[in-house]
Amino acid sequence: MSCSDFSGLDAELSAFTNMGGPTVRAVKDQFHGDLLEVSMGPQHPSTHGVFRMVATLDGEQLVKLKPVFGYLHRNHEKIAENTTYLGSMPYTDRLDYLCSMSTNWAYALAVEKLSGQAVPDRAQYLRIIMAELTRLVNHSCLVGFLFNDLGTSFTPLLYAFREREKILDLFESISGSRMMCNYQRFGGCRVDPSPEWLETARKLVENFPRFLDEYERMLTGNEIMLARTQGIGRLDPVHAVNAGITGPVLRAGGVDYDVRKVDGYGFYSRFDFRVPLGSHGDCYDRYMMRILEMRESVKILNQAFRDLPAGPIMDPKAKTRGFRPKAGEAYGRIESPKGELGFYLISDGSPNPYRYRVRPPSLINLTLLEEMCLGHTIADAVVILGSIDIVLGEVDR
Amino acid sequence: MSDSAPSPAPAPFPAAGNISDADREELRRHGILMTSLEELYNWGRSNSIWPLQFGLACCAIEMIAAATARFDIARFGAEIFRPSPRQADLMIVSGTVTKKMAPLVVRLWNQMPEPKYCIAMGACAISGGPFKQGYNVLKGIDRFIPVDIYIPGCPPRPEALLNGLIQLQQKIKGEKLSGPDAARHTRPEEPSEFPIPAYGAHDLEPTKNPAVWSPPTPPPSA
Amino acid sequence: METVEQIRERLLARFPAAHVTLVTNPGAAAEHSLLLDAAHAHDLALFLRDDPAQRLDYCSNATGVDWPDKEITDVVKTTVPDPAGGPPKIVEQKTTHVQPGCLEVVYHLYSMALKHGPVIIRLRTANRSDQVALPSLTPVWRSCDFQEREIFDLYGIVFERHPDLRRLLMWDEFKDHPMRKDYVEPDDYEWEPTAHGAVLERAKAHLPPPPTPPAKEAKP
Repeated sequence: MSCSDFSGLDAELSAFTNMGGPTVRAVKDQFHGDLLEVSMGPQHPSTHGVFRMVATLDGEQLVKLKPVFGYLHRNHEKIAENTTYLGSMPYTDRLDYLCSMSTNWAYALAVEKLSGQAVPDRAQYLRIIMAELTRLVNHSCLVGFLFNDLGTSFTPLLYAFREREKILDLFESISGSRMMCNYQRFGGCRVDPSPEWLETARKLVENFPRFLDEYERMLTGNEIMLARTQGIGRLDPVHAVNAGITGPVLRAGGVDYDVRKVDGYGFYSRFDFRVPLGSHGDCYDRYMMRILEMRESVKILNQAFRDLPAGPIMDPKAKTRGFRPKAGEAYGRIESPKGELGFYLISDGSPNPYRYRVRPPSLINLTLLEEMCLGHTIADAVVILGSIDIVLGEVDR
Repeated sequence: MSDSAPSPAPAPFPAAGNISDADREELRRHGILMTSLEELYNWGRSNSIWPLQFGLACCAIEMIAAATARFDIARFGAEIFRPSPRQADLMIVSGTVTKKMAPLVVRLWNQMPEPKYCIAMGACAISGGPFKQGYNVLKGIDRFIPVDIYIPGCPPRPEALLNGLIQLQQKIKGEKLSGPDAARHTRPEEPSEFPIPAYGAHDLEPTKNPAVWSPPTPPPSA
Repeated sequence: METVEQIRERLLARFPAAHVTLVTNPGAAAEHSLLLDAAHAHDLALFLRDDPAQRLDYCSNATGVDWPDKEITDVVKTTVPDPAGGPPKIVEQKTTHVQPGCLEVVYHLYSMALKHGPVIIRLRTANRSDQVALPSLTPVWRSCDFQEREIFDLYGIVFERHPDLRRLLMWDEFKDHPMRKDYVEPDDYEWEPTAHGAVLERAKAHLPPPPTPPAKEAKP
């Protein structure tokens, strides 16, 4: 297509617009004058993955926002119907790829509920240690990515990734892989950490509050951040509960619902930690939720290291080969860093699940995206999306 | 210039005529740089590859980790991840390419100007990976666009991505500007834009681009 | 929190015309559920959400399940007296009938106000082919919005009164419902050289040859 040939431009634009939805098109509405429909397409600089928002703008104000999913739909649930229960464990790593340890735990919890499998004490404590370390990783990286969206172009993210690398070194030494840990099993954990591992982890957790102080000194009182996140993307708590929002996004509005406290799965009821709550439900509160939750996670980790009992890490009666739970169904859920992550399994007595369903917190937290973004500018929409914390592997499965 | 020594002498750099690498090194120490336009051109291009900011799935996180301070892709000249395909010359396809996403990947590839390169990072981009048995998963991005470097792994470590990048740099350095096996971007008859698949009722139409990829054939059984 | 039986009693007391069946869960989790009929599902759901004793204001999960048609063989054993005067014979009569399949939606409900749950409700369609409509519970719990769209996309259940029912994960031109048990993927087989093939070849050289089966006599 040469420069002087503009007749091809219309054809290209119409090819664009026929791509499952309009991308750039002027919309004349009798009340608003010219509206512009923009596709913030699957490839855009915000590092949340292949997520598409079709936004209709009146100038810079958002009039309509429709999310489009499915660009990372890898039919995980269909594959799980053809795989054994244990064979699906590595696939759960790839759902929420930043938090593979806690996703593994959610799945193991659901299967243990289905089959009535018991878990020894040491394994429960280890699971809590891994889950809280994952929460530290996830929240610090999320704050980094949020500031990427605000325009700081990488610096807070580099600080976060520095800590993430230390924790990933721990994960790699215990499970063999940095990100796709595949660590939990039905009835316990796969590998018992050595005393050196525990010592390294303990030192890391001891130094983590210093990193948080440094992080907060840079970010929390920053006036640009305050101006751009306070009052933006308010989420009314009643609507949030009805829309199934869970996790820090819900608690930023003041609703006290943390699955760790409500269900008390694992041994969380033995730990002394608070659940931070926000008051306004805006982006700033959601950011503060993550910071405060990281501090609570450090508390939980300190207690877990102190109280870690000796003993086996796998239940001796756990069946690894030929695992066939009796027919029935179970729904197991945990408080993952993103929200309530649940697995619903229907078994018909065969080695493969009959129905395997992931309850994705990221997808359901996006239910009210349009309501949160209307009236704000398109730049705010990016910040609001960043504060919701989505991972496309979980949204699309 | 002196002839190359009889015992294991470094092979002469072809474009420099009969001057061996040892002689060039000797000259360089005296402050005389002998090079060719091709070498200089390739050196400049390979040491400042600008990737497209294009992460699909889990491998994208390892790509971002490769850009952070610990693994530091910046020392290879590739720290500027361009958000716009018009300004990028490397597309690192990191993550699973689904059939819904495939036309957009090809569209992005078409929008990149030549010379452009593609790295398929991770098992999913190479062949569909662990999700191969899926109704929505494209079994490898090389079905539609030509791929230069394949990096296996699930996900590959950031060092593996850097290794792949180094191999790409060596590939670029070995590219010729003229002759029968000249680089793709110097030959106008080679397509730089590839047809974009459309969404069909059951699958993409077409499911693959035969000009770019053909399935491997089993060896004839004895 | 009340048990499932008590909830069922209250629902039937409030809506006498509704059909609410208890579906027991035989597994270790013992999460029994209530099967609601489609006509009254919306009112029952509103009651569950607003009743002060339940306050099930949070629908955590909506799942689609496909139960294909099942062929069931009934074996009836009857004793038939032997006309020759010997001991009575037992004759087996096998009749097969097809249990029609259905599509099912399972909702997990929790209460954020009272911190209890789960209460599990199910809705089933009449069959899998033409009567696949169910009332949407999105007007009751907004969290079902995307989940019901996904069930429509992957299973084909049409939710009536859903505010925006279109495909969620697959593209709009896609015609099939992929999560159904009888979905056939488009044939896209490609042969792949794997290391396993080479290993098998090498192993063949070391293993004893398989025993030759005895020559079968050709039957006239």
